[in-house]
Amino acid sequence: MANLLEAQSVSKNFGDFTALNNVSISVEKGSIFGLLGPNGAGKTTLIRIINQITMPDKGKVILDGEPLQRHHIQNIGYLPEERGLYKSMKVGEQALYLAQLKGLEKSVAKKRLLQWFERLEIGDWWNKKIQELSKGMAQKIQFVVTVLHEPKLLIFDEPFSGFDPINADIIKNEILRLRDNGATVIFSTHRMESVEELCDHIALINKSNKIIDGNLLDIKRQFKSNTFEVGINTNNALQLQQSLSEKFIVSPANFKSLNNELKLKVKLPEAESANHLLSYLTTQGEVSHFVEVIPSASDIFIQAVKNN
Amino acid sequence: MNHLPLIIKREYLTKVRNKAFIVMTFLSPLIMIALFSVVAYLSQVNNNKQKNISVLDQSGKIESIFLDKEFVKYNILKDVTLENAKIIVEEQEDYGLLYISNFTTKTGDVEASENINVEVQFYSTETPSLSIISALEHKIEKRLKEINLESKGVNINTLRTSEVNVTINQENFTGEKTSKADSVVKLIFGGAAGYLLFMFIIIYGNMIMRSVIEEKTSRIIEVIISSVKPIQLMLGKIVGTTLAGITQFGIWLILGSILMVIASIIFDIDFSQINTPQQELVSQAMQNPDANADAQLFINAFFNMPLVNLIIAFLFFFISGYLLYSSLYAAIGAAVDNETDTQQFMLPIIMPLILSVYVGGFTVIEDPHGTVATIFSFIPFTSPVVMLMRIPFGVPIWQQILSLLILIGTFMFTIWLASKIYRVGILMYGKKPTYKELLKWIKY
Repeated sequence: MANLLEAQSVSKNFGDFTALNNVSISVEKGSIFGLLGPNGAGKTTLIRIINQITMPDKGKVILDGEPLQRHHIQNIGYLPEERGLYKSMKVGEQALYLAQLKGLEKSVAKKRLLQWFERLEIGDWWNKKIQELSKGMAQKIQFVVTVLHEPKLLIFDEPFSGFDPINADIIKNEILRLRDNGATVIFSTHRMESVEELCDHIALINKSNKIIDGNLLDIKRQFKSNTFEVGINTNNALQLQQSLSEKFIVSPANFKSLNNELKLKVKLPEAESANHLLSYLTTQGEVSHFVEVIPSASDIFIQAVKNN
Repeated sequence: MNHLPLIIKREYLTKVRNKAFIVMTFLSPLIMIALFSVVAYLSQVNNNKQKNISVLDQSGKIESIFLDKEFVKYNILKDVTLENAKIIVEEQEDYGLLYISNFTTKTGDVEASENINVEVQFYSTETPSLSIISALEHKIEKRLKEINLESKGVNINTLRTSEVNVTINQENFTGEKTSKADSVVKLIFGGAAGYLLFMFIIIYGNMIMRSVIEEKTSRIIEVIISSVKPIQLMLGKIVGTTLAGITQFGIWLILGSILMVIASIIFDIDFSQINTPQQELVSQAMQNPDANADAQLFINAFFNMPLVNLIIAFLFFFISGYLLYSSLYAAIGAAVDNETDTQQFMLPIIMPLILSVYVGGFTVIEDPHGTVATIFSFIPFTSPVVMLMRIPFGVPIWQQILSLLILIGTFMFTIWLASKIYRVGILMYGKKPTYKELLKWIKY
């Protein structure tokens, strides 16, 4: 499938400080792309470049086959991490204003807004001022405003902050629905569980450089260490642990189980097959648990940043 | 896509609908007029009280000049000693006692130059007002001079009938007639225009700054500038706020005039002519020319001003000057997080403004075409105010255009500069920037 967005060797300096160093990303049409990185890594700078809030010093950004131009802002919906609304303006008026700034006709904007308000069950807020709403309520409005002009590309920076679990779930489902309707999503967050849930593809930026980029499953394969979690009921736990330690790297494991068995993490050498370990274990006692350890997004994040 | 009209509309409507703005718009003229009415009313009540002044003229040669006026009555005492006169005046609760001692004049000696030796004393419970004393002094001096002249053989009636009043008719070389009233009218108009601009900049510049800060603190700024260019947002803000300002000024003007009329009807106060005994005495002493002739002079003076030039210049200098300063206010708003941090950047804005009003107030009055006034009417940060004050006195067109060009050039530059600071500043949080940092932002 074609790429909706390509950033090609983008660099940006602020004075002596390099915010982005030769960063390239490709976002496939119709996918959810996770843009990850520690605080201050340069994610927001990249997002701002895509939104034409700042200009890159070097490199270029291609949206849907065209170099980024001013009129493309209509095709992008951006929910910044630092977000807010005019406090003393009424909800409906404000949403209409922001939609018109994105190039939407007033009448169209109003129709769509009413639909959204109905779906999210916030219809009676139209004449309320933002300062009368709770933070979560205001966030909902902000979300609607971001997606109202039905952009091809949606950029969400920490979209779930300020939401209770129920509302976070509603928003998550709305994001998935938008993706299914053809939108492409760039998703920046520090909440790794939502990365696992949503992202098809991730890129990790650390200290202005991209250090990981690819399909989430591919990256997981790349980061797996041939380690297995083992649970075994044996009469001679101590001896078994010793004999395993001689051949493999063994560490204590911690998983939930019903029996008081021996729990170990066993890291096999790269070429070693798991079957050998399993067949050996079956001679030693009753195996109740044998699972390959798949690195979580969080593990990958931490490991990659530490090694960088 | 041009979002400017949309932004201007929003800025305007938010300002105009703001409760504080509405209250200020309608309350300010009310308070002003109320205050003015109270002061006028009270001073009228106070001054309408008749003032009785007793006169004890032991020489008997001066008392004839003390003729009763509307608010001042003279009570001529005769055949009493000074001590008794004091007691009488105190008992009558008169305003005061004017005592004139006896004196002699040397008859026939034309060459004698010494003064008449006369003692004049004013006794009163409270310190008498300065205007009354100087008016009395003036009257007595005049009478004594006449007595002196008489004693030297001059016929006083001949002297009185031969008095002449001269008004110098001024005319410039192109044939326009002017008068001394011209200078006064010019000063009033120039001063009003300059001061209006000054007030406008201070009030609405601050409003722009606050509105920029509000966008930063409410964190909506990044949402907005992902849709519009920062410079568009900044210009929209400036224009929208300015329109709100013009609306407010307009309402003040209309409401103020209406209230003034109502107040003058209700309280029966004539704001234009509040006559007090002091004024009466002074005008009597100064022999003010006919009031109607004066009004005619002022009307002539008004039409003597280069009116078309004045109006056009006013529009251009007002708009350019205001834009120059308001862009700086917007930049300051963008650079800081809250209003308390604005102080350090306000000084460089306020200083030239105050300077220009001072230069306008002192130098232009003194010599509208002098070196200082001329130089300051070219420096862009002072030129709007100073030039507006100078123009009624007739400034060559080339000077006006040159000054305006410098001003426009400068405001283009400051808007560019401000938009640079604005662009970076609106996304900066938590730091209180220094001037050095602002310089760095301009380079980004």
